[in-house]
Amino acid sequence: MTKARRTLLKTLALFAGSVLVSASAMAQSIPAPGPTVEAIKKRGELNCGVDAGIPGFAFQDASGVWKGFDVDYCKALAAAVLGDPAKVKYVGTTAKVRFTVLQSGEIDVLVRDSTLTFARDIDLGLTEVAVNFYAGQGFMVRKSLGVNSAAELNGATMCMLTGATLELNIADFARSKGTTINSLLFEKSEEAFAAAESGRCDGYSDDTGSLAAARSTMKVPDDWVILPDVISKEPLGLHTRDGDYRWSDIVFWVDAGLKTAEEFGITKENVDEKKSSSDPFVRRLLGLEGDFGKKLGLDNEAFYRAIKSVGNYGQIYDAYFGPKALGLPRGINNLWNQGGLHYPLPFR
Amino acid sequence: MAGKSRKGGSSLWPMKASHALLMQGVALLIGGLVIAWFAQNAASNLARRSMQLDFGFLGSPAGFSMPFQILSFGPTDTYFMALVTAFANTLLVSAMGVVTSTVVGLGLGVMRLSQNWLLSTVSGAIVELVRNTPQLLQIVFWYVGVLQVLPQARQSLSFGDVAFLNIRGLFLPAPIGGSWSSLLLITFFLSLALAPLARRYLPLHPRRSSLLWLVPPVLLIALAFSLKGWSLPALKGFNFAGGMVLPPELVALWAGLSLYTAAFVAEIVRASVEAIGKGQVEAANSLGLSSWLTLRLVVLPQALRLMIPQLTNQYLNLIKSSSLGAAIAYPEIVQIFAGTVLNQSGRAIEVMVIVMGVFLIINLAASAALAQLNERVALKER
Repeated sequence: MTKARRTLLKTLALFAGSVLVSASAMAQSIPAPGPTVEAIKKRGELNCGVDAGIPGFAFQDASGVWKGFDVDYCKALAAAVLGDPAKVKYVGTTAKVRFTVLQSGEIDVLVRDSTLTFARDIDLGLTEVAVNFYAGQGFMVRKSLGVNSAAELNGATMCMLTGATLELNIADFARSKGTTINSLLFEKSEEAFAAAESGRCDGYSDDTGSLAAARSTMKVPDDWVILPDVISKEPLGLHTRDGDYRWSDIVFWVDAGLKTAEEFGITKENVDEKKSSSDPFVRRLLGLEGDFGKKLGLDNEAFYRAIKSVGNYGQIYDAYFGPKALGLPRGINNLWNQGGLHYPLPFR
Repeated sequence: MAGKSRKGGSSLWPMKASHALLMQGVALLIGGLVIAWFAQNAASNLARRSMQLDFGFLGSPAGFSMPFQILSFGPTDTYFMALVTAFANTLLVSAMGVVTSTVVGLGLGVMRLSQNWLLSTVSGAIVELVRNTPQLLQIVFWYVGVLQVLPQARQSLSFGDVAFLNIRGLFLPAPIGGSWSSLLLITFFLSLALAPLARRYLPLHPRRSSLLWLVPPVLLIALAFSLKGWSLPALKGFNFAGGMVLPPELVALWAGLSLYTAAFVAEIVRASVEAIGKGQVEAANSLGLSSWLTLRLVVLPQALRLMIPQLTNQYLNLIKSSSLGAAIAYPEIVQIFAGTVLNQSGRAIEVMVIVMGVFLIINLAASAALAQLNERVALKER
């Protein structure tokens, strides 16, 4: 009870504080960064919710260091807000608890190959900030079955992991085609792979990003083929809690910044040289013109630091999904001008 | 210390009766306050996130299907039906586990007590091996290590072309019921339950009333004649269709649960048998009873009564452990309801409350039933 009252007092104090700050800021036209950023700065680190372990998106290497596509997003956010990409506390979340952990305030942002959906936005009180990976659910089957498309899978059994919407998508797909596909749900990928390998299932189903990772872990990857059909839309991306729109703005624009950097050829390596560029979009992004960082309640170097620490969107993708990593073609994850779907809003 | 204990009798923690009452009141008050604080905390946190407990989602369509079920369930059924179906699957594997673990455990326990060196050593080795390794590991071992070496669907082991065994399960012919079949089936089970009751309470001569036992077989024969035919499993596309199937997930979970619990049951059997006074066995021996007859007529009838409270614990553990089936894709309540439904509906707190409630109900019911049994059979010392 006292705790609730204390939290209430804290909220009131914060509110009063933010009113004061915004009043004083009005004069300098710099808005307050919002309670989440205040809390992150006070804490000195960003609490970032990531996947508990999946190749490509988020995993720990042999020495326990977090790596991955989503992990780099956490680093970029920490670099923008705190000035140091290392000031992140990674919270590995399972599919079951991910949203509850975010709702309860244990993490500031969820970057965990999680699909943005209506229910999560509205029912769960979250904000679907941005898409960082366009995926779709696909199938991987044994080559020896001679199956060429998902429509031929009538009566087949698929192994998959529980905790996502995979079984729902399969049931929807089968119903729309008037066929039946059985789903066997496993808690962990080890047992699911073992069951697929032994022939208990005819194949394995997951998001396209994860399927490439799954194929690489099979005993003989060449025995398996990923079917071309994608049976669902899975826009994976960044979630924040409702209630702090300023923090959601920051997360949104850091994502846009990483993609804009790729659009204008700014990389981790050449970001310092690019400071002498005369392109107004580059100059605004790097904080040389226009006070874009300050208007978000950060400082003007925020985007520069994010790019400097992890590189642009394409560099992050290549590091974990590129030909030297999992070998997943960029496809719809290219920028809009390369035939993909990523279309960052302009910095102006 | 000595002075106090004289007043409070020989209890573990001696105190005056009035003090004891006061202490219990205080403990109750503290407990109540802690629970109220938890509830208030949860409620205020939920309110702050503008979330509320809402069980309305149970009525929405589930949308997914299950690979195995004993009730019928399809994607257009509701979340509530998913709960009921998963609950039935949990009950099925629990009931199968309780029966087999008792039979196997009793066997292992008796073997362990045997004078025969080989029997007792083999039983001891099994019990120690099973009792001292994690249960989840054993279930995964049964599933991955034992059952996944079965042949592929297209190279099935065939039993007279009516039953097939492969990695997808054991496929058996299934009876196709006629119009009277289900009614006859229910009557058959009723007659099994009612025959002993009728014999006990109806004023019939024992010899004549034993004719009542003819009713179930007659019903069974009538049932066989009412069937329209049999559905035979046949290889079609990826898998066998038709007939009925015993999936490897169910078998692995059943085996894992049964053997693990059987090891503990064996120890309970041994302990209970050894608790029977040595004099009883010696008395039976001196009457000229063989060791088997001594066990059957003197020792076990008394030992079985001692076992019931401890067996209850094992059964309750088995029921709870059935949730480990989630690891090997057995569609039980934790996997289906606390997994798929939780994730699809996003109603984490409601779903967990329901799952805990369901397990509480099963276990309280089982525990109450066994307590009743215990009361009936426990030795009455007068």
